[in-house]
This record gives sequence, C-alpha cells and structure tokens, in this order.
Amino acid sequence: MTDALATHRTRPAAATASPLLVASNVRKQYGSVEVLKGISLTVNAGEVMCLLGPSGSGKSTFLRCINHLERIDGGRISVAGELIGYAQRQDRVFEMNPREVARQRRSIGMVFQRFNLFPHMSALENIWAAPVGVKKVPKQQALKRGMELLDRVGLAHLAKAYPAQLSGGQQQRVAIARALAMDPQLLLFDEPTSALDPELVGDVLDVMRTLAADGMTMIVVTHEIGFARSAADNVVFMDGGVVVESGVPAAVFDNPQHPRTTAFLNSVM
Amino acid sequence: MKQVSTLPAPHVGETGSTTASTADDVVAVPLRHPWRWIVAGALALGFVALFSSLWTNPNIDHATISSYVFHPRILSGIGLTLVVTVVSMLVSTVLGVLLAVMRLSKNPVMNAFAWFYVWVFRGTPLLIQIVFWGYLGLLYSQISLGIPFTDFTVFSVDTNTLVPAFTAGLLAMTLNQAAYSAEIIRGGLVSVDAGQQEAAASLGMSPAYTLFRVVLPQAMRVITPPMGNETISMLKNTSLLSVIAVLELYTVATQISSQNLRQVELLVVVSCWYLFLTSVLSVPQYYLERHYGRGSARQPGPTPLGRLMSSFRKGKQPESKGPVND
Ligand SMILES: Nc1ncnc2c1ncn2[C@@H]1O[C@H](COP(=O)(O)OP(=O)(O)OP(=O)(O)O)[C@@H](O)[C@H]1O
Ligand SMILES: [Mg+2]
Repeated sequence: MTDALATHRTRPAAATASPLLVASNVRKQYGSVEVLKGISLTVNAGEVMCLLGPSGSGKSTFLRCINHLERIDGGRISVAGELIGYAQRQDRVFEMNPREVARQRRSIGMVFQRFNLFPHMSALENIWAAPVGVKKVPKQQALKRGMELLDRVGLAHLAKAYPAQLSGGQQQRVAIARALAMDPQLLLFDEPTSALDPELVGDVLDVMRTLAADGMTMIVVTHEIGFARSAADNVVFMDGGVVVESGVPAAVFDNPQHPRTTAFLNSVM
Repeated sequence: MKQVSTLPAPHVGETGSTTASTADDVVAVPLRHPWRWIVAGALALGFVALFSSLWTNPNIDHATISSYVFHPRILSGIGLTLVVTVVSMLVSTVLGVLLAVMRLSKNPVMNAFAWFYVWVFRGTPLLIQIVFWGYLGLLYSQISLGIPFTDFTVFSVDTNTLVPAFTAGLLAMTLNQAAYSAEIIRGGLVSVDAGQQEAAASLGMSPAYTLFRVVLPQAMRVITPPMGNETISMLKNTSLLSVIAVLELYTVATQISSQNLRQVELLVVVSCWYLFLTSVLSVPQYYLERHYGRGSARQPGPTPLGRLMSSFRKGKQPESKGPVND
C-alpha cells in the first residue's frame, strides 16, 4: 500500500513503514457459512486504517479475530510480529491457553459500538481497573494516569459518575480512555459512533482524530466517510467477506474502481 | 487536547431552570387516599382481636412463655441455629459459585458433574438427606484414607467420631443448599450482558479475574434477593435437624416441652424467636442490595422506613429537588 501524499494529515507519516498488523488469508466460518473468505491486509505502525462495507460484510468479525475474541479457521494474524492466539514452535502451531491469549490482548485495545463500560464502576474506576488488576500498576499511579486520560477526553469533571449517569458520547469517550490506559500498540474501533445521537458523534471523532495525530495505530470500522477521508491513511472496502478495494482515501472515495464500492458510497454519502 | 466543546456548561439552559411559581403553574390539591386508611384500620382491628383472644386464652400459660423466652437452653439452641445457618449459607454460596461456573463452562466433564450434583441434591427431600448424613455410620462404619482396592491406608477413624450429629447436620444443609444456590447464581451470571465479558477480555483480563471483578458484582444484583429468601428458608429448615438430634432451637424446645408438657407455650417461644431472627436477617440483605445496585439507578432509593412514611403522606414526594439557579 502506497503512502499518501496526504496533505490533510497533521502528523508526520511514518518514515520507515514497519508493519504492526499483518493479516494473511484470514478465513472464518460460522457453521457452514463462510463469513471471512481470505482477508489479507497490513497496517503499519502509526497508521490509521478505516474499514468500510455494507452490513453483514464481516467487518466486526474481522476486527474480533484480531484480538482473538473469535478464533480463525484459516490464515494467520500477527501483531508486532507475534502470531495471535497461536504459538509457533519449529514448524508446528499450538493453540494458546486463555492466560496467554489474555496477555496478548493487553496490547490490543478495543472500543465497542455499545461502549460496554462496566456499569458497577465509576468512570475513573473503569479506567484504572485493568491496569491495576492485570498489569499490576500501583493503584496511586493508575489513578493519576486515569485522571490524565479523562482530562484528555474532556471528562475530568465526571470521574466519579457511573456509566448510567453519562450520555452516550461521554460513555464512549470513557471507553476510549479505558482502552488507552493499557497502553495498547493497536486500537480497534467497531463502529464507535453508530449508537450515538448525531450531535454527540463529533466529540468522539475529535478524540479519535487527536489519537491519530498522536501516532496511535488504529483500525476503525465506520460509516463516517468524513472521518475516514480526513483521518485515515488507508481505506479498505469489504463486501461479502472479501476485500473489494483498498487504497488512500482520496483514491477510494473520489475514484472507486469497483461498482460495489460505488454503490456502497452512494448509499452512505 | 482542548476539545470539550459539547459539554454544556451547567445550568445555562433556558428551559425549566426555575421553580418560582408563575401564572402558568398548576396548583393542584394532592390526590387523597381514603381507602388506604380504611383498610389499614380494618386490618389493625382484626389483629387486635386475634391477639387478645390468644392472650386471654386460659389454656396458654403466659408465665411459662416469659420464663422460657430467655432460658439458657433456648439461647444455646438459638446459638446453634445461627451457627448452622451462617456457616451453611457461606460455604454453600462458595460451592454454588463453583457449581454455577462449572455448569456454564465448556468443559463437558465439569458441566456434567455440576448437572448431576444439582439433579441429585435438588431432587431428593432435604429431610431424607439429613437422615442420610446422620446415619452415615450405618453405611460406612469406618472412614479411611488410602488407595482404593488395596490394603494401604493412611488413617482410619470411626464414622461417628468424625461425623457427629452436628457435623452431619452442617453437611446436609450445606450440600443441599449448594444445589439451589448454584441455580440462582447461574441465573445471575447468565443475566450479565455478554458485551461485559468481551470488554474485560479485550483489556487482557483472565477468565477468573473477569468473573470476580466484572461479572459476579453485576450478577449480585440479580442474585441477592433470591439468596435472601434462601437464607430465611435455611434458618427455618434448621429445625429439621431435630430428626438427628442436633441441639438447635426447635430440638431444645421439644426436649423441654416433653418434660414440662407445655408444648404450645414452647412453640410460641420458638415461633417468636424464628420471626425475630428472620427479621434481623433481612437487614443485611437490604444493604447488600443497595450496595450492588450502585450505578444502576440514577439515585439511590429511599430507605424502607422512608418508603413506609411516604406511602401515607399525601401527594408530596420524598425526593428532594436539586439545587436550582436562576
Ligand atoms: N456469532 C455468530 N454466529 C453466526 N453468524 C454470525 C455470528 N456473528 C456474525 N455472524 C454473521 O457473520 C456475518 C458478518 O457479520 P459481521 O458482524 O462481521 O458484519 P458487519 O460487517 O460487522 O456488519 P454490520 O455493519 O451490520 O455491523 C453476518 O452475516 C452475520 O450474520
Ligand atoms: Mg459490525
């Protein structure tokens, strides 16, 4: 994938493109239905990739395969050179036990469409719970970091609020802060703004733009073409479990090569 | 980052920011509830009549009742009843969590074991289980630890020494309760949204950590009310232990009444105590419910006393309005 002559990007393009996520020929089936039919793509460190496609095309499934919430039936996925969900010794591949999978997931953050905040914890506790419980960060340090992250998403004044007391947009920003607290190498977003009222979408996208500008590697499933245009290095269009088209945003959006891409873009723009 | 644009500054809205009475306000006479008072009065009258008929009944000796309410033997029986209830409830809850998790696990062996356990202990009468544990000595006169089908033994003791009546009773109550608790806890675990486990997994939490930090605390909201019921049942069911002569409250009372032939009086004493103890046990349940309900409601509800008072108060709501600025 060629790097963009993307003048709209506020951050420097990665000087040396080093692949962080490599997926090759990923296949996944539910029962006899094949949902992913061989997905191959690469995301370089510091890049933002937007994943688009009609409903049921397998975008969420692919995202969930990356952090092994779903196990794949073929192909391979590696993050930072490490095979996800499997351990390779000599030429044999062994399935990992849940503890090892949990360790791998610490460096892959995920933000969900329906936020999935822990409702019995305050906003701040949502953020420090995993660093303290999983990474054994001292609690004082985690609390301080939690407040910094809340401040970064503009919600420091709501640290003590429970999720039920927050608006959807605020919940999603807390969820992003929660994912960031684990210092992930890679952040996955599954339609982070689809469950939000239109006037709240902007805040969440602004937070994501800032992250992108700071050099976070992100894969974003979204229908927000405007965001993809301005924040993505690459856009991948999926349909029916295959990658139909990919490239820099300007190319895919302004000059789509495939009729299915054209049809989809016409339906969402 | 600087961006906080959409957070509206508090109280800048133009609508609904004042409670000062204006011409548009509806000044309503609160709805009255005359039937509440009439029904309450009728019920009170009925209870007074019932109690006075019991109180003046010449066949009941009040002196016996009052002399046995705080009798040392009765008090020691209460002690044992409470010990059995509390220990059995605690241990069976731990077992119940274990069984529920086994039942929900993908491991077919664990799953089948948990299913079988619940099937056996829920499917046979508690009374029979109590008698079974009490008569264990008839079934196995010796209990020994060793390698099965060989002569090698580490130790061997007489069953009746290892399992006296009290231990047998404790075992019976605990193992039986575990089966019921397991089903309640399983229901609670299943009620927690699957997205919670995914979020926990995506943060790198292990399955066990997810259970204790994320899923169980949320399940407790669903688990606590039926477990309160179970605790009260347990307290009353300890009286069944009289069949294997565990010296709990009811056993003690029947022993006393078989000597002084004051059966009714002692039943009154015992019933009053059970009523008192079950009332006391509902207090921790209430506070557990409030604790685990945090985050689920926008405001904690009123206390029971406050609720009772407000139901009789006319119109006025107990919630206080937040501070208002103009
Ligand atoms: N757990 C499951 N069991 C069976 N089929 C599933 C499961 N999850 C997803 N599918 C199917 O896999 C296909 C791809 O689903 P996926 O959720 O990945 O689509 P998507 O591209 O994210 O769509 P959307 O835009 O609606 O979120 C769909 O046809 C869906 O019905
Ligand atoms: Mg989806």
